[in-house]
Amino acid sequence: MKAAVITFPGSNCDRDCLRALEEIPGCEADSVWHADQDLAGYDLIVLPGGFSYGDYLRSGAIARFSPVMAALKREADRGVTILGICNGFQVLLEAGLLPGAMRRNQSLKFVCKPCELVVDRADSRFSSRFQEGQTLQVPVAHGEGNYYCDDETLKRLHGEGQVVFRYADNPNGSVADIAGITNETGNVLGMMPHPERATRARLGSVDGAEIFGAIFDFVSAGGKS
Amino acid sequence: MSMEPTPEEIRDHRVYADFGLTDAEYELICEKLGRAPNYVEVGIFSVMWSEHCSYKNSRPVLSLLPTKGPHVLVGPGEGAGIVDIGDGQAVAFKIESHNHPSAVEPYQGAATGVGGILRDIFSMGARPVALLNSLRFGPLSDGRNRYLFERVVEGIGGYGNCVGVPTVGGEAVFDDAYSGNPLVNVMCVGLIDHDQIQKGVAGGVGNPVFYVGPATGRDGIHGATFASEELNEESEERRPAVQVGDPFMKKLVMESCLELIDSGIVVGIQDMGAAGLTCSSAEMASKAGNGMELYLDRVPCRAEGMTPYEMMLSESQERMLFVVRPEHVDRAREIFERWEVPCVEVGKVTDDGRLRLIFHGEEVGDLPVRGLVDDCPVYERAVERPGYLDMVQSAETLNDPEIAGVQELTAALKAVLADHTVASKRWIYEQFDHMVQGNTVQAPGGDAAVVEVQGTRKALAMALDGDGRHVFLDPYEGGKATVAEAARNLVCVGARPLAVTDNLNFGSPERPEIYFQLHQSVAGMAEACEVLKTPVIGGNVSLYNEHAGQAIYPTPVVGMVGLIEDRDRMIGAGFRGDGDLVAVLGATGADLGGSAFRAVLHGAVDGAPPSVDLQAEARLQDTMLRAVEAGLLSSAHDCSHGGLATTIAEKAIAGGRGANVRLKGDLRGDHHLFSETTGRIVVSAPPEAKEALEAIAADAGVPLSWVGEVGGEELTITVNDELGIESAVADLRDAYEGAIPRRMEKA
Amino acid sequence: MFVARVQVTIKEEVLDPQGKAVEGALHSLGFEEASGVRIGKFLELTLNTDDRAVAEERLSQMCEKLLANPVIEDYEFELVEAGEAR
Repeated sequence: MKAAVITFPGSNCDRDCLRALEEIPGCEADSVWHADQDLAGYDLIVLPGGFSYGDYLRSGAIARFSPVMAALKREADRGVTILGICNGFQVLLEAGLLPGAMRRNQSLKFVCKPCELVVDRADSRFSSRFQEGQTLQVPVAHGEGNYYCDDETLKRLHGEGQVVFRYADNPNGSVADIAGITNETGNVLGMMPHPERATRARLGSVDGAEIFGAIFDFVSAGGKS
Repeated sequence: MSMEPTPEEIRDHRVYADFGLTDAEYELICEKLGRAPNYVEVGIFSVMWSEHCSYKNSRPVLSLLPTKGPHVLVGPGEGAGIVDIGDGQAVAFKIESHNHPSAVEPYQGAATGVGGILRDIFSMGARPVALLNSLRFGPLSDGRNRYLFERVVEGIGGYGNCVGVPTVGGEAVFDDAYSGNPLVNVMCVGLIDHDQIQKGVAGGVGNPVFYVGPATGRDGIHGATFASEELNEESEERRPAVQVGDPFMKKLVMESCLELIDSGIVVGIQDMGAAGLTCSSAEMASKAGNGMELYLDRVPCRAEGMTPYEMMLSESQERMLFVVRPEHVDRAREIFERWEVPCVEVGKVTDDGRLRLIFHGEEVGDLPVRGLVDDCPVYERAVERPGYLDMVQSAETLNDPEIAGVQELTAALKAVLADHTVASKRWIYEQFDHMVQGNTVQAPGGDAAVVEVQGTRKALAMALDGDGRHVFLDPYEGGKATVAEAARNLVCVGARPLAVTDNLNFGSPERPEIYFQLHQSVAGMAEACEVLKTPVIGGNVSLYNEHAGQAIYPTPVVGMVGLIEDRDRMIGAGFRGDGDLVAVLGATGADLGGSAFRAVLHGAVDGAPPSVDLQAEARLQDTMLRAVEAGLLSSAHDCSHGGLATTIAEKAIAGGRGANVRLKGDLRGDHHLFSETTGRIVVSAPPEAKEALEAIAADAGVPLSWVGEVGGEELTITVNDELGIESAVADLRDAYEGAIPRRMEKA
Repeated sequence: MFVARVQVTIKEEVLDPQGKAVEGALHSLGFEEASGVRIGKFLELTLNTDDRAVAEERLSQMCEKLLANPVIEDYEFELVEAGEAR
């Protein structure tokens, strides 16, 4: 599997994502600067967490206009697997690649802690190593992770099976406890929790590694889940 | 352009006094210059000769501290000290205070404190891997204190979270002594390879000098002077002196500077911290024995019409100064262009030992570099033992009516656990990203934080400790206790203590009784550092911490870093396995003076605090490390605030399991449970480790008593067969975890 | 030249956690009459054009594209000739 991790000015989980990917045997991961315009040839593109452009104006609002984003859109349309984590999720929302928007956490405070996630769909390319209803341990760390969408969109998300991960104990006020959603075609996932922080037992959980692992399985199987 | 006073007006109207310079200091400046200084020159001297930059009051005291050791690669005097951790790797760390700025603008004051300490670390060439903070506020019952607390925490998070350096630990104390003058001390730890260590030198005559970072504004002018004054009613009006941080720009400056250093072309690099362009240029020139010429027209300015005075004294954030050889200029520019960070050539290195300022083609300042950096007068202040000491130390702390009975003692334990100083700081650290970089293997809340060193089996442990109450009651013993506790926190996770960075937070040194506190506590720290073999490799001094004429508790804060050779040997504080045996290493005496028990239950801060037997402490810590190395222990937790009952309760809460504990001794029940005798660690170990642990302790002559076993969901503690504590662990957790959130939500 | 003043607010149907917190604080301070607190952003920028219609058109695009997120935010703006702006 060939993976790209995009670094925007202000990204700060890019190295962590590269490391998580490099720990998968058979996975090759490149760091891609946001000014690059070519993403051809990658099986997975990761938008990492952090504070792109300082989260000024709104989280992800400025990064979505980075030169690399046009290429990202092209690859998304081609069905390439795209994973947006935390700030990466926010960028995907701002770019319209996923529906909805982020608000400040209901507590108005940044929250960093281990979080229990419930797997809502085990048939996505991101969650195929889990059972439906299984509980995962993946940490969150964000100030604006309070997912919002209108009722109609929410109905559609549920109807189309786009909600992949839910919070067992909602840390931020997200509608319907949503922690991670895909687009309609299922190749783009945005999630607030950080799978790259749950890749070694010493960090408290290996469930995050299984998310990267599921993507690896999907790609290794020729891209068909 | 604003009208600046002439040299004559400065002299006649004693304008220099407004900048904190004394008449004698002004005379000395005239002598050094051979003439009266102009406005920009007197401004530059005043910041360079402020306590913050010159340590003029504290230098005689600082010289007491041991600074050398076989593993010390860089000692005090540079941006940060550096210590060897083997394999060609080293750890750089430093602590700094931002007390005054945080008192007037808590969010930005705290945020820029984080920014400043980060610059100190990466300007040495080290990549920051962890941040810690030590905080002091007045009681949270007061609205203003809650406001300061809430905003300081947000400021630290707002900055640290954004730059992607995990905030892994620290401490917070709430006491009336800090009302009006909170303390915000921030520590940063970085990793570096030996061959990458940078020094802030302006070497190579003729080399160009570059300014990196955002434009200079009028913010923070005279920040260093401000930090060296007492706070009073007018402090509020000095708000413009507080700088605004830009963590996003900082992240770009940090990454680009680390790339620049990595490219191997840097001659010297230093951050613009306190006293901005002035301090960085003068110090870099001084360290190289050179001079520097600055072309101020080229300094990027945020506001129109800025004067040389404003440019030289601004403390606008996120700026750096570096020197490269002419042939490397293009390479350097390329790096900063890619990161979209402004980088401007503003000067050159000269050989005449002068700092010359050129503006609009005119020389507007000409100062001797050595005079600025090295010739500040040093003051040996008068020392006088404070009168309060005899009074507080003679208090009969052991004569209080006994708290007896299981209900009363259990209630007392819950009250101590719910004391905001003792209680869980989860409310704080969950607002900090403590996991970014993916190396945090011991999160905040334990004795020490632990961060793995990527690509090795090593891990770094780090702890911050300060105990103003003990230092107030007995400066010398308190100083010893502070160092001993920091080291004990490290050995509790299995780390060998390496070295110390210290932040001395005190009142005005011009008051003899405050100078006594400073001198005595540093002497105590020095003795402890000597015995425990942890040299001081850098630090910071924050004096004039007073509000409305009242000084804070003398609060030396010790940051210590330790090395775990094999991360799999690391242990935590919480009970781990049912059936494990519980043991106390060290002996318990009648030490209620200055205790949390006495403060919480009897509302008094008095008595003689426990003295510290450093030899016993060294043996204890050595025993602890040997036991960890042999893999004997399941958990360990330093016994400090709140005594054995609190320590054992914390182990139960952290481990999510109860214990049956039976204490024996000559002490009164309540005293046995809550005495704060130093030099104790509560450990748990599987039964099969019993004999081996006994052998190690006996070998070192460390008292060891087996006091119970782990298991169940209840904690019971008997003293001399009489039931003292009986509670569900869940109820203890509620008291401990709920105290601060409930107080803050109630607001 | 025009000076544009843009106000971005959270849409009415979207919960505004900051506004709610401020409303609670106002009530606890005794300002019971206050309700419906919404917190938004205020942006000021100068537009280098003399054609008001063009300025309005361009400013709308800026708002739609970047300054506001139409999913959760509404925007309003006013244009003032540069000389009149204070």
